[in-house]
Amino acid sequence: MITSETITQTRDRIVTGETNARSVAESAVGAAEKLNGSLNAFLEIDRQGAVTRASEVDAQLKNDAAPVLAGVPIAIKDNICVRGLQTSCGSKILGDYHPPYNATVIDRLLAAGAVIIGKTNCDEFAMGSSNENSAFGTVKNPWDTARVPGGSSGGSAAAVAAGIVPVALGSDTGGSVRQPASLCGVVGLKPTYGRNSRYGLVAFASSLDQIGIFARNVSDVATVLGVIAGRDPHDATTADVPVPDYVAALNGEIKGSRIGFPRALFGRGLDADVRASVEGAVQTYRDLGAEIVEVDLPHAKYAIAVYYIIATAEASSNLARFDGVRYGFRAEEAPELRSMYRRTREEGFGPEVKRRIMLGTYVLSAGYYEAYYHKAQQVRTLLKDDFRRAFAVCDAIITPTSPTTAFMIGEKVNDPLAMYLNDIYTVTANLAGIPGLSVPCGLSSAGLPVGFQLLGPYWSEPALLRLGDVYQQARPSSLARPPVYA
Amino acid sequence: MLYFRLKIFPLELNMKNGWETVIGLEIHAQLSTESKIFCGCSTHFGDEPNSNTCPVCLGLPGALPVLNRRAVELGARAALALGLQINERSIFARKNYFYPDLPKGYQISQYDQPFSANGELEIMTARRDEAGHPLEWAPKRIRITRLHLEEDAGKNVHEGLPDVDRFSYIDLNRAGTPLAEIVTEPEFRSSWEAHDYVNHVRRVLRWVGASEADMEKGNLRCEPNVSVRRIGNETFGTKVELKNLNSVRFMQRAIEFEIERQITLLESGGKVNQETRLWDERAQETRVMRSKEEAHDYRYFPEPDLAPLEVSVEFIDGVKASMPELPEERRQRFVQQYDLSFSDASQLTSERTLADYYESAVEASGNARTAANWIRSELLRELESSGLAASASPIPPQELGKLLRLVDEDKISGKQGKDVLVEMFKTGRTAAAIVEEQGLAQVSDTGEIDGVIDEVLAANPGQVTSYRSGKETLFGFFVGQVMKASKGKANPRVVNERLKAKLS
Repeated sequence: MITSETITQTRDRIVTGETNARSVAESAVGAAEKLNGSLNAFLEIDRQGAVTRASEVDAQLKNDAAPVLAGVPIAIKDNICVRGLQTSCGSKILGDYHPPYNATVIDRLLAAGAVIIGKTNCDEFAMGSSNENSAFGTVKNPWDTARVPGGSSGGSAAAVAAGIVPVALGSDTGGSVRQPASLCGVVGLKPTYGRNSRYGLVAFASSLDQIGIFARNVSDVATVLGVIAGRDPHDATTADVPVPDYVAALNGEIKGSRIGFPRALFGRGLDADVRASVEGAVQTYRDLGAEIVEVDLPHAKYAIAVYYIIATAEASSNLARFDGVRYGFRAEEAPELRSMYRRTREEGFGPEVKRRIMLGTYVLSAGYYEAYYHKAQQVRTLLKDDFRRAFAVCDAIITPTSPTTAFMIGEKVNDPLAMYLNDIYTVTANLAGIPGLSVPCGLSSAGLPVGFQLLGPYWSEPALLRLGDVYQQARPSSLARPPVYA
Repeated sequence: MLYFRLKIFPLELNMKNGWETVIGLEIHAQLSTESKIFCGCSTHFGDEPNSNTCPVCLGLPGALPVLNRRAVELGARAALALGLQINERSIFARKNYFYPDLPKGYQISQYDQPFSANGELEIMTARRDEAGHPLEWAPKRIRITRLHLEEDAGKNVHEGLPDVDRFSYIDLNRAGTPLAEIVTEPEFRSSWEAHDYVNHVRRVLRWVGASEADMEKGNLRCEPNVSVRRIGNETFGTKVELKNLNSVRFMQRAIEFEIERQITLLESGGKVNQETRLWDERAQETRVMRSKEEAHDYRYFPEPDLAPLEVSVEFIDGVKASMPELPEERRQRFVQQYDLSFSDASQLTSERTLADYYESAVEASGNARTAANWIRSELLRELESSGLAASASPIPPQELGKLLRLVDEDKISGKQGKDVLVEMFKTGRTAAAIVEEQGLAQVSDTGEIDGVIDEVLAANPGQVTSYRSGKETLFGFFVGQVMKASKGKANPRVVNERLKAKLS
């Protein structure tokens, strides 16, 4: 449909009868089908299911009050279970696995009237920062199809950036929503850990994973968050914290807000264009009346190391269930059990996933646990303390989302460490469990999107969304679309 | 002060040619919850394969565990009954290994911060004679290291299905069943001590309703680790872990075999390998299952999908308050209050329902000794032959009590009482109804009995003469004749008295 309206506008047009859910769904599916050849953003496009579902929504609207997302098309990352659709996690080992149940967030979206149009491509098991680790081909960045969309939720980011859907779900374990949002020029939110349910999200690193939201507008993110947030009896790590009205929180107020500026994070390794754009955003906030205060996060420099120990440790255990016994891919003709396991996992997993399983297995092994995993957890606590101290003097911290703009496909494929450094600004939020919001803030000299990130204390989504929305209202040019799809 | 010092060896040690046995035990007991520990699936045994499963216990991608509070309650009952201290905060941990019956590739268990720890338990144990009969029971204190909560795995099936030579079948109905793992210090010095400890644990777990603890059904499993050392050695020998023990007796035999094997090995200059061995009941021997080199590195780490398990002092106090009197306490009370022997009291406290039954029967009969005797010799025989528990007895304890009163008050004879009990058990009718219907009421009236005696004596003049001339063995003949003439209704005590009077 190539839309620029907010989901509330789309919903209102459906509710008033100006259009209907079915034709909105058909045009979204049509756009997905048309663009998938060039973007490879979708692994499955569910034309029939989407149209059927949209017709049901239309029928419901004749009798019942319209729910919040009535007829709103949405795309779902292929590591979130939707009954009836595949869940491959971008991996050969799951292939065309079809889960028999819905993730809790999917049940909530459907109850709110949303129409799922398909499953989006991603790095295998959400491990990657460029989408090049998908077993089903790399997603292309809608701003420049020679470039990566970021990762791991690259398909969802590209689908929103290209205007196929107004909103999409991704998952964020170390930046997998915020970084592709930044590289594709859309908004991306990773909520507080425990804000929404992980039930039905295929686990990568359980203590870090959180389902996140892509949209072009902060207000759309707020709308969807209001639908999916809240405690879930199926997920013991969700918190029993009231869900506020996130849309109502977008009241435009900025005066008196204190924004923390961690100068040390604006140094080495940061692309000059990105720095200029993000510093421009800082200036915008100052101009709008926010107070900018310097903050220090002394342990942030260890975040990447800590992250790659904890995330891989948990992943090595979480991915043990892909053993060829019950579902997904199984290597045939193995002579005995252990070689069946070995071959299944050798052929089923891609190189990056294997690398992380090996790393994680190593750091949990007898004799190494204390030196790696245990030490990493201690540093994680120190990092949380850093944030607690910082948030004593500010309401949010601003950083770049990614140190660079979208890079070329193939550019970093052979340098895992350089790839890991892409997450340098985002992993801290996952380690600390705090929310992070990436907001587009203009284009680089090469015409590629740049995003800044706002980090806040636990449950501070209303404040982050308000600050993000204030910026978008003040800088409408930041809402620019990729030229091809404008 | 200068002394010579000589080490004293306790006499009770199981000394075999100068070797001492050291045994520690791990018990896995299934907790009697309706649903599994991390999902809502039924724990019912024997249902269609894989019918009691859901995304959580199948380990489907994206599914998450949620702790069943009932499992925590039962775990707390078990821990308290075994003298453990419950930790207000404990942590679930993942134990990682690959096996087809383990759907997630890890078991959710507990590791360095278990649910409960530091237990001390007094058990009764006895050395045995050659035939395995207990000699003398004596108390022994056992230190229990920990009791923690975990989930069970599923089951691989290799029998009774098509092409079992080419396929393994997996049934995940049992996957996620709650278990309490109970680990002792290396406390036992003989196979019989281990045997008596396991029986004690089984009884206590059933007693407090924490587990059915039935080894044959597999809801209680024992894994002893066995080592031997020269008497006087401070350091432990190399231990061997034993598996596949389907009854307490099998376990005792397996340990005994293993002790002999290790001693023989060491005495012939060999070395015990640290390994896991399986008991083969048919061959009556243990065999290597896996060596130390093949042992898993389980890579334990805290389960990130579950918050630390926190139990309040109020919760623990609540469980304590709801606990019944424990079997050992109750046995001691039976000995004192009802003047029973140790063995009578032990048998009557083997199951809580039996002990309850006994106390109700005591109340109804007013005679603790008689009630104990009748339950042990008569009722238990009937219960056993029909495979019933005391709680399911067709004779309620109050009715048994009434029957015993009829006997005590000489309304019917002991012999009649035993027949009536069988009839009550068969029909579920009351003693009074059966006595009434069968006209069994015992005759104790001396006038009536005198009449019968007179008839009998008149009909047997020869025997009377013989008796009076000294052949006293004929007394039994007269009793039998009188009983027969009264159709068994005459009170034997009265018959005896009156006969003696009439014949003298």
